[in-house]
Amino acid sequence: MNIKNKPTKKVIHLHVNGETHEAVVRASDTLLCTLREQLGLTGAKRACEDGDCGACTVLVNGEPTHSCLSLAVEVVNKPITTIEGLLNSPVQSAFVDHWAIQCGFCTPGFIVNCHALITNHPNASEELVEEWLQSNICRCTGYQEIREAVNNLLQKSQ
Amino acid sequence: MIAFDFNYIKPATVAEANQTYTMVHDQGDHAMYFSGGTEIITRARVNELKVDTVIDIKEIAECTVMEVQDDKLVIGAAMSLNHITNSNLFPLLGETIKKIADHTSRNKITIGGNINSELIYKESVLPLLLVDAKVKLVKGTKEKIVPLSSVFDKKLKVQAGELLLQVIIDTEYTKLPYASLKKTRFSKVGYPVISAAAIVKDKKIRIAFSGVCEYPFRSQEVENILNDSKKSVSERIEKAINSLPTNVLDDLQGSNEYRVFVLRNMLYDIMEEMGMGE
Repeated sequence: MNIKNKPTKKVIHLHVNGETHEAVVRASDTLLCTLREQLGLTGAKRACEDGDCGACTVLVNGEPTHSCLSLAVEVVNKPITTIEGLLNSPVQSAFVDHWAIQCGFCTPGFIVNCHALITNHPNASEELVEEWLQSNICRCTGYQEIREAVNNLLQKSQ
Repeated sequence: MIAFDFNYIKPATVAEANQTYTMVHDQGDHAMYFSGGTEIITRARVNELKVDTVIDIKEIAECTVMEVQDDKLVIGAAMSLNHITNSNLFPLLGETIKKIADHTSRNKITIGGNINSELIYKESVLPLLLVDAKVKLVKGTKEKIVPLSSVFDKKLKVQAGELLLQVIIDTEYTKLPYASLKKTRFSKVGYPVISAAAIVKDKKIRIAFSGVCEYPFRSQEVENILNDSKKSVSERIEKAINSLPTNVLDDLQGSNEYRVFVLRNMLYDIMEEMGMGE
């Protein structure tokens, strides 16, 4: 433990989408900032940076997390999944099939969150789906199509 | 992005956390305990706080415990709100904190962070005040277990460097009938216009509020009025509203008049739900 020195950048290793990445970060760098600017993973979107909109959602240990509200140094040695790791996933296909996309800015966050919902709760109730989907905001207001995409996947999983 | 940098320390023990805090403090720098960190990160980003060292308590075993020990439910300060809700060990607490922020945020927000919040709402405190919860605080080698109500006056009053380690609840309270209601201005996710939690113990209602005044509170005077079965429910409710500990909030979330309107209706709902009518 060395806290006498002023903080300096450090090399950390992040396990993202099944690969180990090296990043040089300040302790105060958020996971969102590190994913986008160090690793080039720009799928998680920078929007409110306040944990309100869900556009930056990634999975940490399989749980949806606002990457704007996590420090990169907090998630060292934890498995992280970003939208880039869900290429051709059933959720992505369901969003395409149900036209659950308008401008697309919120879509990565929604897909990541919905992937975790369906993975962790394949028999999710209407109430649970509503609770999870409240974490993400779509300013195009395309909520109905997103809900239909999720419901379709849940019906298939049941 | 946060404009300044800080040291990040992740101690494995309480002693190490306390030592780190003391060391930083003795250097004349500012240290903060960091659990979920959501409030520290958002406030640091807009320069509302400056910190030299954050001490992440999530690796400390005592802070991540959630179990019943000898008729006591022990909840570590670093337990996420979702983890507490999903455990279903204390349904009133679970239901009340399920209404804080959104589901994704609740994976990160911890009970210790919510109790210590700079925000005025701190809704996790409401059930804890009702069940006479205790908190374990540690500073250096000194550890103490005290009633939450003795260190919570509008906000948690702890000494510099004192770490909130655990919340401790008698399990007999966790099985009592309860009500938990929250009204927001627009959507289900948001700060409360009014949030209330209530239990009935020994045929007496206990009730605590957030969003009514500038701090969460449980008032003995308000409870005595609501339990006065010689008066009608409407008389009790009107008298209770006139006996709040301080002025009702008047801000963008809701005007004073609107909050009183919502509070009145909520009290009727709770009194009915808890079987506290004439």
